[in-house]
Amino acid sequence: MMLARDEDILKAAEDWRKQGRAVALATVIETWGSAPRPVGANLVIDGEGNFLGSVSGGCVEGAVVTEAMDVIESGKAKTLEFGVADETAWKVGLSCGGTIRVYVEKVD
Amino acid sequence: MRLTILSNLNAERVARRPAVIVTDMANGEHRLVKAADVAGDALKDVLEKHLRSGKSGLEDTPSGQVFLTVYVPPPKLVITGAVHISQALSPMAKMAGFDVTIVDPRTAFATQERFPDVKVIAEWPDKALPPLGVDRYTAFVALTHDPKIDDPALLHALNSDCFYIGALGSKKTHARRVERLKSQGVDDAGIARIHAPIGLSIAAVTPPEIAISIMAQIVASLRQAPEAAR
Repeated sequence: MMLARDEDILKAAEDWRKQGRAVALATVIETWGSAPRPVGANLVIDGEGNFLGSVSGGCVEGAVVTEAMDVIESGKAKTLEFGVADETAWKVGLSCGGTIRVYVEKVD
Repeated sequence: MRLTILSNLNAERVARRPAVIVTDMANGEHRLVKAADVAGDALKDVLEKHLRSGKSGLEDTPSGQVFLTVYVPPPKLVITGAVHISQALSPMAKMAGFDVTIVDPRTAFATQERFPDVKVIAEWPDKALPPLGVDRYTAFVALTHDPKIDDPALLHALNSDCFYIGALGSKKTHARRVERLKSQGVDDAGIARIHAPIGLSIAAVTPPEIAISIMAQIVASLRQAPEAAR
């Protein structure tokens, strides 16, 4: 498979939704320090946990996908924050030492 | 996000028109602002700032905090010359997210078989280039080594605001090219826009190595301040 380009990710979000799949969109809204993906980067997730794109170098996608399931269920958007070794809030962290905030919302 | 907003955004992107999604962080409401509508928008100043830089980000406005997701068109690469270097350069550029088009009037070179998955136009540059819409999101390289093909292609690129122009050839070859282009009316500022000899200086030898040096220089021009890419 070709690497997913930003516009392919949004096209997938549109196509998946039109196919009747439940869809959530995650967007990096803020970064501090060294962060692997820039502000504006997208990850699209469906109700089965399939995903395309990235919000980090692969460190926190698993957690974002899990949270996206909640967002799809509740319909309520949420903002997630991931930092280095932030054991209390999240089980996952960014090995690069940066902090990112990710906005997760349902596409309806 | 409502599906209609997403669909409208994707339509703008397919048409290569910049657009911004404005998200109200207090209530999660979105709206799409097309580039053509920015001038009349209440957030005109911040929208223009973000469109210029191409960067998304949070902004505090009189009506509360918003997140601007900026979508500028994906970069394009127009390659004049369906040559060996181009065969290595096209897949690299494609992987880096560029829309690639190859132009070469020599039908033996410009075949889909030599360039699977990219657009190949077997026409002279004066016919092939105008419909391509060479814009500020376009990188332009001339690789035929043949002035009959490269020169008109470069003249077309110099008349556009494409962000990168590169031409293959040694310093000596380029000096002769500069003379020819000047006789066609190109001024010093125009000549200075051409990266020649093309590519970053990494002592590249083989066609794929030269393609890497060209691709690296294109990315530098796209991402760094103009001076830094020279």
